[in-house]
Amino acid sequence: MERSSSLQRLRAALFASRLDGLITVVLLAALLAGGQALLHWLVFKAQWAVIQANSTLFAIGRYPLDQQWRLWLLSVLLAAATGVSWGWLRAFPRPDRRTRLWPANDRLAAAVLAGLALLLPLFLQLSAAISQRWWGITALLLACRWWAGRVGPALPAAVRRGWPVIWPLLYLLGMTLIAGGLGLPVVSPSRWGGLLLTLIEASFAILLCFPLGVLLALGRRSRLPLLRWLSVLYIEFIRGAPLITLLFLGQNILGLLLPGGFSPDRVWRAAWVLTFFAAAYVAEAVRSGLVALPPGQMEAARALGLPVHQAMLKVVLPQALRVALPAMVGQFINLLQDTTLLSLIGLFELLGTARAVMANPAFLGKDAEVYLVLAVLFWCCCAALGLGSRALETRLNSNPQPA
Amino acid sequence: MAPSVTPWWRNRRLIPWLVQAAVGLLVLVLVAFLLGNLVQNLAAAGLLLTWRWIGNPAGFDIAGSWLPFSADQPYWWALLAGLVNTLRVVVIGLIGASIVGTAVGVASFSGNALLRGLARVYVELIRNIPLLLQLVFWYFVVFLSLPGGAQAIQWPGVVLAQSGLYLGMPELVNGVWQAPIRLSVEFAALLTGLIVYISAFISEVVRGGIASVPKGQWEAARALGFSPLQTLRRVVLPQALPVIVPGLNNQYISLAKSSSLAIACGYADLYSVAETTLNQTGRAVEVMVILLGAYLAMDLVISALMNALNRAVQLRSR
Repeated sequence: MERSSSLQRLRAALFASRLDGLITVVLLAALLAGGQALLHWLVFKAQWAVIQANSTLFAIGRYPLDQQWRLWLLSVLLAAATGVSWGWLRAFPRPDRRTRLWPANDRLAAAVLAGLALLLPLFLQLSAAISQRWWGITALLLACRWWAGRVGPALPAAVRRGWPVIWPLLYLLGMTLIAGGLGLPVVSPSRWGGLLLTLIEASFAILLCFPLGVLLALGRRSRLPLLRWLSVLYIEFIRGAPLITLLFLGQNILGLLLPGGFSPDRVWRAAWVLTFFAAAYVAEAVRSGLVALPPGQMEAARALGLPVHQAMLKVVLPQALRVALPAMVGQFINLLQDTTLLSLIGLFELLGTARAVMANPAFLGKDAEVYLVLAVLFWCCCAALGLGSRALETRLNSNPQPA
Repeated sequence: MAPSVTPWWRNRRLIPWLVQAAVGLLVLVLVAFLLGNLVQNLAAAGLLLTWRWIGNPAGFDIAGSWLPFSADQPYWWALLAGLVNTLRVVVIGLIGASIVGTAVGVASFSGNALLRGLARVYVELIRNIPLLLQLVFWYFVVFLSLPGGAQAIQWPGVVLAQSGLYLGMPELVNGVWQAPIRLSVEFAALLTGLIVYISAFISEVVRGGIASVPKGQWEAARALGFSPLQTLRRVVLPQALPVIVPGLNNQYISLAKSSSLAIACGYADLYSVAETTLNQTGRAVEVMVILLGAYLAMDLVISALMNALNRAVQLRSR
């Protein structure tokens, strides 16, 4: 009985009419052929030596060997902080909700993470010492996730509420560890590369473009004509220009706009251009949130005696930003993808590293393997950002649908 | 008792003006500082603004230019040839991306679960991979590894070889393909990459537009005996278009701007010609003004056209 009904459902979904059946058969044939060709290429034809031999280059660029312990330390700290945050987000749904708001496939995510961490070092043929370190870091993350869930209820609530502060601190500490200073030898930005540089550029721009974008959006909605026109001018100018021309401007003209000889490193110049570029787009996302909010919110807050800045910070912005969240995360994902453009101005982020590797005669013609790996990497990062945004949306949603 | 006087820092008329004056002053000082440095640095380098160089012979070649171009023609003609190349890829890309995007968007409402699923996979796959990566993939992995000569991929009227895409009765003459229309692989790679990438976003716009039409409209049309295609054309799309067109505007502008990545697959568009010009002349500011002006103008033209279209498709309520 059960079986026939599911068969019927399958039939209705795939073979409802003669045309539907034809479409299904043609698509299935194409999928099978394509899948088989891809699998055959992946297993028998592709030569992964180009990735295996250059895995360090792809990960961190030409970071000095004797300073790499700093990156390992940073990975350990990040894994521990992620584990604790993850565990607490999972163990403590919002107090005002009875329904579970954290995605139910959480265990699955942990299993996928463990599996990836176990298999990737083997696939990349990393040395035993490095593989063991990765396994250790993953184990630490999962242990922290488990431990935080267990110990969390016993700790004072203030510890949990104060915990998010660790992230900005960790970011500053991480930048210090990467760049040097405070007694550590300085590693010049020109030696950063690969995934490390991609993440530095993207995280720097994402963190700074957010406040800048909020200010621009408020400026665009301001009653003061000068502020409004300046914001509109800036936003429309940036949105009218392709990013590559702005990066080009940053590399060729920024030096001319500043007093002679004073000009930041190319890596930082590019990071600032990315920030100013993304701010205009974030401003438009935030503006859409501000527009969606009924004006009564501001009026009510003012009528209750809140000064304008408090009404803005405590009433209007929290609601507007929640509405704007999906659009903003969309812009952050674009920003992460846009870091590939840095390869066109000669920086060695992931794509730049890939092009440099393939210019090496030993790895000539291995484009397909390299680009495929990069595509998978970017896809995973962007999809994870999208998933995280959706999880955050459900968590912040003040009017949950009754289950 | 002294009359209560509002102190000046609480004066609700004065404060806005003070704020604006402060901001205006700040911006003016910043602009003056930057421009002052610019003039000083340009003067020091002997590159003060002038447009005389634009009439000098360019001295470089543009592969696959539509305008007749040779190295002894002036810079302005080179930049114009680059602009024409950009416009060519943008116009054809707009048409192609619209067709593919609409097809994928409509397919995500298909009754066939497999087709529906594939449409979702297409969108999720394409959107989460950077365009530049896709462009170099199409160029270096797909188009440059095509077979040449007699092994080229042949369909009726179309031949796809390593030397280019040949349209309209191609013939193999002494091992070289000849046809009335030949598109270079660089152009074909750029066009494919742009169409595939932008069509994923357009399909989302189309999907959102169709989803905004209440389900009852579909059911009513079907109950009146309309075929699925008729329902889409006569009932659903007219109501979905007012939602779709503003979203399309953004994607079209995005395509026009993304075409500047042509340099990654060796196609001589406006940006790549401008970069060569800059490297030869050192005229950074002038080249930048031309570039920004050209892309801004392109965006404005697209916006104007789409606004006209938007007015045409808005439902007239009686």
